[in-house]
Amino acid sequence: MAFWIASSPHNHIQNKTSALMRLVIYATLPGIFAQWYFFGWGNLVHISLAIISALVAEFFILSLREKKIPEQIFDGSAILTAILLGISLPALAPWWISILGAAFAIIIVKQLYGGLGHNPFNPAMAGYVMLLISFPVQMTSWQPPLQLLAIDLTFFDTLSVIFTSFTTDGYSMEQIKTHIDGYTMATPLDTVKTNLTLGLTIAESMDSTVIGENFGIGWEWINAGFLAGGLFLIFKKAIDWVTPFSFLFSLFVFSFIAFTFSPDSNASTMFHWFNGACMLGAFFILTDPVSGATSTKGRMIFGALAALLVFLIRKYGGYPEAMAFAVLLCNMSAPLIDQYTRPRTYGHKKEQNAEDNTNA
Amino acid sequence: MESIINRIDKNQFWKFHGGIHPPEQKFITENKPIRTLPLPKELILPLQQHIGQAGDLLVSVGDTVLKGQPLTSSAHPMAVPIHAPTSGKITAIKDSTIAHPSALKEPCLFIEPDGNDTWVKRNICNDYTKQSDSDLLQKISDAGISGMGGAGFPTYVKANTSAKIEFLIINAAECEPYITADDLLMKEHSPTIVDGINILHQIIKPENVLIGIEDNKPAAIKALQNATKNLDHIRVCIIPTKYPSGGEKQLIQILTGKEIPSGAIPSSQGIVMQNTATCFAIADAVINDIPLIRRVTTVTGLGLNKPQNVWALLGTPVNFLLEQCELHPHDKQRIIMGGPMMGFTLPSGNVPVVKITNCVLAPSAKEISDESTEVECIRCGQCADVCPAQLLPQELQWSAKAKDHQQLETLNLFDCIECGACAYVCPSHIPLVHYYRIGKAEIREHKQQEIKADKAKIRFEARKLRLERDKKAREEKQRKAAEARKAKMNSGTVEANNEMSAVAAALARVKAKKAQTSDTTSQDSTTEAAAKPKNPQIAAAIARAKAKKLANQVTDNSDITAEVDKTVEAKVENETPTENTADDKKSKVAAAIAKAKAKKLAKEQADEKTDVQNEITEETAVNDVSEADSKKAKIAATIAKAKAKKLAKEQVDEKTDDQNEIKEETTVNDVSEADSKKAKIAATIAKAKAKKLAKEQVDEKTDDQNEIIEETSVNDVSEADSKKAKIAATIAKAKAKKLAKEQEAEKSDNSQPDVEDTKAAEKKKRIAEAVAKAKAKKQQRLELN
Ligand code: SF4
Ligand code: SF4
Repeated sequence: MAFWIASSPHNHIQNKTSALMRLVIYATLPGIFAQWYFFGWGNLVHISLAIISALVAEFFILSLREKKIPEQIFDGSAILTAILLGISLPALAPWWISILGAAFAIIIVKQLYGGLGHNPFNPAMAGYVMLLISFPVQMTSWQPPLQLLAIDLTFFDTLSVIFTSFTTDGYSMEQIKTHIDGYTMATPLDTVKTNLTLGLTIAESMDSTVIGENFGIGWEWINAGFLAGGLFLIFKKAIDWVTPFSFLFSLFVFSFIAFTFSPDSNASTMFHWFNGACMLGAFFILTDPVSGATSTKGRMIFGALAALLVFLIRKYGGYPEAMAFAVLLCNMSAPLIDQYTRPRTYGHKKEQNAEDNTNA
Repeated sequence: MESIINRIDKNQFWKFHGGIHPPEQKFITENKPIRTLPLPKELILPLQQHIGQAGDLLVSVGDTVLKGQPLTSSAHPMAVPIHAPTSGKITAIKDSTIAHPSALKEPCLFIEPDGNDTWVKRNICNDYTKQSDSDLLQKISDAGISGMGGAGFPTYVKANTSAKIEFLIINAAECEPYITADDLLMKEHSPTIVDGINILHQIIKPENVLIGIEDNKPAAIKALQNATKNLDHIRVCIIPTKYPSGGEKQLIQILTGKEIPSGAIPSSQGIVMQNTATCFAIADAVINDIPLIRRVTTVTGLGLNKPQNVWALLGTPVNFLLEQCELHPHDKQRIIMGGPMMGFTLPSGNVPVVKITNCVLAPSAKEISDESTEVECIRCGQCADVCPAQLLPQELQWSAKAKDHQQLETLNLFDCIECGACAYVCPSHIPLVHYYRIGKAEIREHKQQEIKADKAKIRFEARKLRLERDKKAREEKQRKAAEARKAKMNSGTVEANNEMSAVAAALARVKAKKAQTSDTTSQDSTTEAAAKPKNPQIAAAIARAKAKKLANQVTDNSDITAEVDKTVEAKVENETPTENTADDKKSKVAAAIAKAKAKKLAKEQADEKTDVQNEITEETAVNDVSEADSKKAKIAATIAKAKAKKLAKEQVDEKTDDQNEIKEETTVNDVSEADSKKAKIAATIAKAKAKKLAKEQVDEKTDDQNEIIEETSVNDVSEADSKKAKIAATIAKAKAKKLAKEQEAEKSDNSQPDVEDTKAAEKKKRIAEAVAKAKAKKQQRLELN
């Protein structure tokens, strides 16, 4: 009888790219939950909108490119991109922000470069940066944590704000952001930055209401959530530990050095760790394999570079949140990093390999 | 060195990069003893069982062979013999599918067992320690032992190393999932294996013997430890289970921390590695004189009801093994020879077990699923993490898909051991190894083509050189031939004359004078010619006669040849233009004339009835002329006629002359046909020459001759209507006189003025015209008076 012919190896781990993506999606849940808990429904609405937009865009492009639609559309990568974008957006940003951002991320950043595996930039972050640059007002209108709001923000209020810019009771975004005491609230990172320009010390900024007892009401928990999710992924070997470790360690080192030199003008290490998109970036965005470095050494460099950029942009940049920019800049340098961190092949001499690298 | 041993003694080992932990699945067979199978109905023995060479057949179809009888032999170092696994009859020797990933067909011996299993005579060796190294090596070689784990490299070649060996490593890792053949062999035959190790030790004399065994085989470890209890130089190294620790390079790295440089062999680093099964075979061969005719093969997989390790005779068809172990096949059943990581699927069950067949795997559909669809690489880098060769599989994969061979080599594709670890972990299910194999094959092919192209280039260049050389040689030959021809011409033979006659004809006029003076033999004919002419055209014929005479002279007087040579070029120049410029009509006429002449000549030469022949030719010529309308044709005809007459007389004398004449005539015709004016001029010149010749020829009767000529010219004048004829006559006369004088004066000086004459022929002719006329009149008067 004739037998089935196949190429070795014949056995295979049951892992699949789609399964990997699903796992990553699950790992975002603790962070998303914290976000919901402290900031309400806004981000969940945006995540949903972004997912719809991303899937439609993916379907559109895949049918244009005549690819295997059902397999690729549900490989999870588009959904993950949409989720990461939805998480990053200001909770009460207008609805078209997430639609536009997700479509841009999928069509321009991912598919125009050749689809999954070929995009040089992280689609979610590229989408985010595009939005930030194009719509700075909407993209910097951060909603303060629910507990600080003067008004009660229900699910329908949130929907209403997102789709009409006003709550069901007619409050505008500006009014929502206004503290009971009459001043406009911003994110902790924003607050610290503004206060520094106003001549306040870090210690004084820490008294700000948005910061609360630790590093920022809500934010610390969101970051903790993503940290937990990230650790779970590392435990499941879904992501490599090197990049997050390198990133967090480097960020710690940079902020620690700065803090020891000038505690008045530099936020603490933990403030950096538990604010903004730090943990999300560390475990979910920098670890995006497609746009990251591949070798262990490369990932070390990649993470450290990202940390340096985050630190510098947070401290000196025009935008308070640095993660997206840092990620894009690192994405750009990833091929170069890969080029120079090729491992030494078994049986080859180091020098020879270095030569190969320069030749290549 | 010492530190390596120290570390090993402390059970500390090095690590190789990457590696994976696929499900081991060894439980399926590891607890069952090795089973001895009944004899199969047929054994198929590929003549070439290993890398290297196939031996020469020692048997033929129909032969009866005994168990253990060698079937092939070869003096080639890479060829080890094969032996009959049992007694029986050779039923066929033909191509059959062998155990190869590409399902190659190679020549195989088919043996039908007789069921008696009769051994050839064996020599049991009780104490191998007394045997010399070369005896042992010979025995290993004669037993057909080649590596039983991997590529099947002839064992004696590996053992016969001249390098200083630090470590003899026995590979008992058996890292591939499912396979338990070595495990079982160690459990059941550890003492024999250790004998084999000792034999190798005796030959190779390593400083240390390390047995590398994965920690997932406790029973085998125990057995080995027992067997080596009293052997201090042998260390059983229990290494952590990780695929592919059984890879040669990986095991070396684990045990010694050394890396084998890319492209080098382990012995260059003082290391020799042998497989446990090979050690067993060595002991069997040396001690019991049992050649390599059987091996332990794991027949496993959940597709079998009775998976078990078996003693499989080499040549046993896989079908038989599957039958014995009760395969219940499913759709898309694959049968894998080797393990699930590196084995290859068999196209059919008719493939025989060979020396390297350690496993036949028949997985159920659940165990090993169909090909899953490949999706895009997400650059997760997991493949690079597990690659024991520290390659970048994802980059290799891109380059392989893009067929970027240069990049593939930069990425050290050829250091890939095809362990399959990368493809195993790839979440995108990319069949990475498959791409590498294709890439490797393409590069090899490409290189071969390059080599071929280089060869072709070399060939082409050689050809070019050769052609150039040939061309030179040819030119040289031609040059030599030309020289030879010249020399021959100069030599004055008949052929030379033939060749030269054209030359001679062209030069005839020039040379005539000189020639005539030196010649006395043709006097008669000239006299006749001179006496006979009745019209001016006849004079032309005389010219030819002169030419012939010249030819004679050439034959006779070799001293003139030098001069002829000098004028060869002139002739060529003269001839070619005539030929080229002649238009069709002319050429037809000429051809006709020539034909006629040729006929004439043929006749003349055949017999000597000259007159008759001449008449015939004359007629022919006349016919030719009547066909031609032009003046020229008439002239030619008359010339021909005249010639014919003249020839009638002349030809009788000499054959060579005739031959010359043909050419001569042609030349004359050409000249006369060139155009009417020229023709006339030529005619007159000819006449003049004829006269001159007449004078010259008659050496001593100068006065008489002159008179004759004078008479002729008078006749010419009176008979010719045209002015030209008169002119011609006068010119002829003038020339005749001049020549007569010149000739008398000096023989040797003549050549130069003559050349000038020809060159300035026309001018002179015209000048001469007036003079000649005057003279003619004067002469006429004188004559009349
Ligand atoms: S098959 Fe080649 S590239 Fe893949 S892991 Fe093995 S050695 Fe590395
Ligand atoms: S394991 Fe597969 S998907 Fe991941 S980098 Fe390697 S080839 Fe790409």
